[in-house]
Amino acid sequence: MLRLENDNDRLTVFLYGEIDHHAARTIREEVDANLQRSLPKRLIFNFRDVTFMDSSGVGLIMGRYKLIRSMGGEIQIRGAKPQIIQIMRMAGLDKLAEIEDGED
Amino acid sequence: MNILNEVTLTLPSRSSNEGFARLAVAGFFAQMDPTVDEIGDIKTAVSEAVTNCIVHAYREELGVIRIQLRILEGRVAYIKVRDQGCGIPDVHRAMEPLFTTGPEEERAGLGFAVMQSFMDKVQVRSRPGQGTTVILTKQLRQRAQNG
Repeated sequence: MLRLENDNDRLTVFLYGEIDHHAARTIREEVDANLQRSLPKRLIFNFRDVTFMDSSGVGLIMGRYKLIRSMGGEIQIRGAKPQIIQIMRMAGLDKLAEIEDGED
Repeated sequence: MNILNEVTLTLPSRSSNEGFARLAVAGFFAQMDPTVDEIGDIKTAVSEAVTNCIVHAYREELGVIRIQLRILEGRVAYIKVRDQGCGIPDVHRAMEPLFTTGPEEERAGLGFAVMQSFMDKVQVRSRPGQGTTVILTKQLRQRAQNG
């Protein structure tokens, strides 16, 4: 589901498998606990190993965006597949976060 | 349109069944030899419809979700998702992008917009107190015989 990596003022969340409403709850709890402890300047979601995401994933990212902004940080999304990027764009996430596609 | 094959699934509205519903639907439509993108689109739309039943229709209570799957003549995938939950007072408003009644759950309000974007047609029938029925259809592409 997820693996967290803290590096200086950066928190990288490596997500894997399927992100739906069921999985989002656990991911949210683990990321928030780390965020509040480590207070990073930058939060990176790595989607390279995510095989499925529906709009529950968008809610998850939006919520973390609000949290890190309130702490003065920023958010970055990496490695998402086209279908997932399509859902992110529908929500306007590309205006809030830097999105790099799956090619990098 | 002629029905070539049909199955019905009944599942309790537990969030742990969201993944099962996607897999079951993908498994049924696999016999149509869909492209990877087509099956991904269908899985995403079904996931949104089933999540709506769990998060909105039944909220904190446990209810029954009925999913009817049909293969229609002319390579059409047909999915009906039905609940007997609280219903939607204003379907038109519920289908507006970013409209949600569940902000405490961090819902993006994109469920119907995603269904509309990934399927050809989305029909919603609902009455407060009587539940909601969502019908999704998608025309799959013709595939080459010896491709």
